[in-house]
Amino acid sequence: MTIVNFTPWSALLGGALIGLSAALLLLLKGRIAGISGIAGGVILPEKGDVSWRLFFIGGLILGGFVYQWLGLGVGVAHIEPQVGTLALIAGGVLVGIGTTLGSGCTSGHGICGLSRRSPRSLVATFSFMLAGFAMVYFIRHLFGG
Amino acid sequence: MKLQLQWLAALAAGTLFGLGLSVAQMIDPAKVINFLDVFGTWDPSLAFVMAGALAVNVVATPLILKRRQPILAELFRVPAKTELDKPLILGSLIFGAGWGLAGYCPGPMITSVSFIDGAIFTVLLSYVLSTLFTRLAMRRYDAYKAIKHQKDEACVG
Repeated sequence: MTIVNFTPWSALLGGALIGLSAALLLLLKGRIAGISGIAGGVILPEKGDVSWRLFFIGGLILGGFVYQWLGLGVGVAHIEPQVGTLALIAGGVLVGIGTTLGSGCTSGHGICGLSRRSPRSLVATFSFMLAGFAMVYFIRHLFGG
Repeated sequence: MKLQLQWLAALAAGTLFGLGLSVAQMIDPAKVINFLDVFGTWDPSLAFVMAGALAVNVVATPLILKRRQPILAELFRVPAKTELDKPLILGSLIFGAGWGLAGYCPGPMITSVSFIDGAIFTVLLSYVLSTLFTRLAMRRYDAYKAIKHQKDEACVG
């Protein structure tokens, strides 16, 4: 094991901003900041419960722009996909099926659910972490990538 | 007026979330995949993203949920389900496999639209379409189960 590109401070700060966002949405709107759940209710609309989701999603994209406008995006130019088109499609498809079936993703289960001490979210977080580690191990160390 | 304030709240929360993902560099799939590569080139940063978010929410969430209602809405809508069922585990395993494969979970996928890059639209479109079909399939399955349940009830009667 070699440790690479470790950035603990920006990670903690970014994480705290995400936590603040989730707290704000819960306090004001009473909703969980789970991205797959919010997006899912737009992709197949939940009647009468769509408009705030669009504003949240717009904000997610705006946040990326703000980051670049603030000149913080030093590393953005270096961001590149790590896999070919076919794997990008497969990755997107698996994430869509999995988060819908499992009712949540990294944010909804990993952050919001765990802070509510939800046993379902604990099991979900353990499961997707395990599968993520296994997939990368398979690709990089067994498949010889 | 209240509706517009809710929109503003959602926009502010979304922006903060997107900024957080960017500052934490979770929008970089290389960082995600390296986090998951414990036996190779490991980048532990993502554990710190989670720690930062949890540090805020472990304190804030229970305090907020003690209130009778949210500031701009009637009710807290928090998942009530507690059952550890097969879809939860199977779905999370499938999600994790996709996350490890391409290095994108839903949040970073959406925030990365701001980089206006072909690869991100490929992964995002795949995610959106598969979410649509899975939700449609689950909706049909739930409707089927409801009908079957009614029939079973009828038989018992």
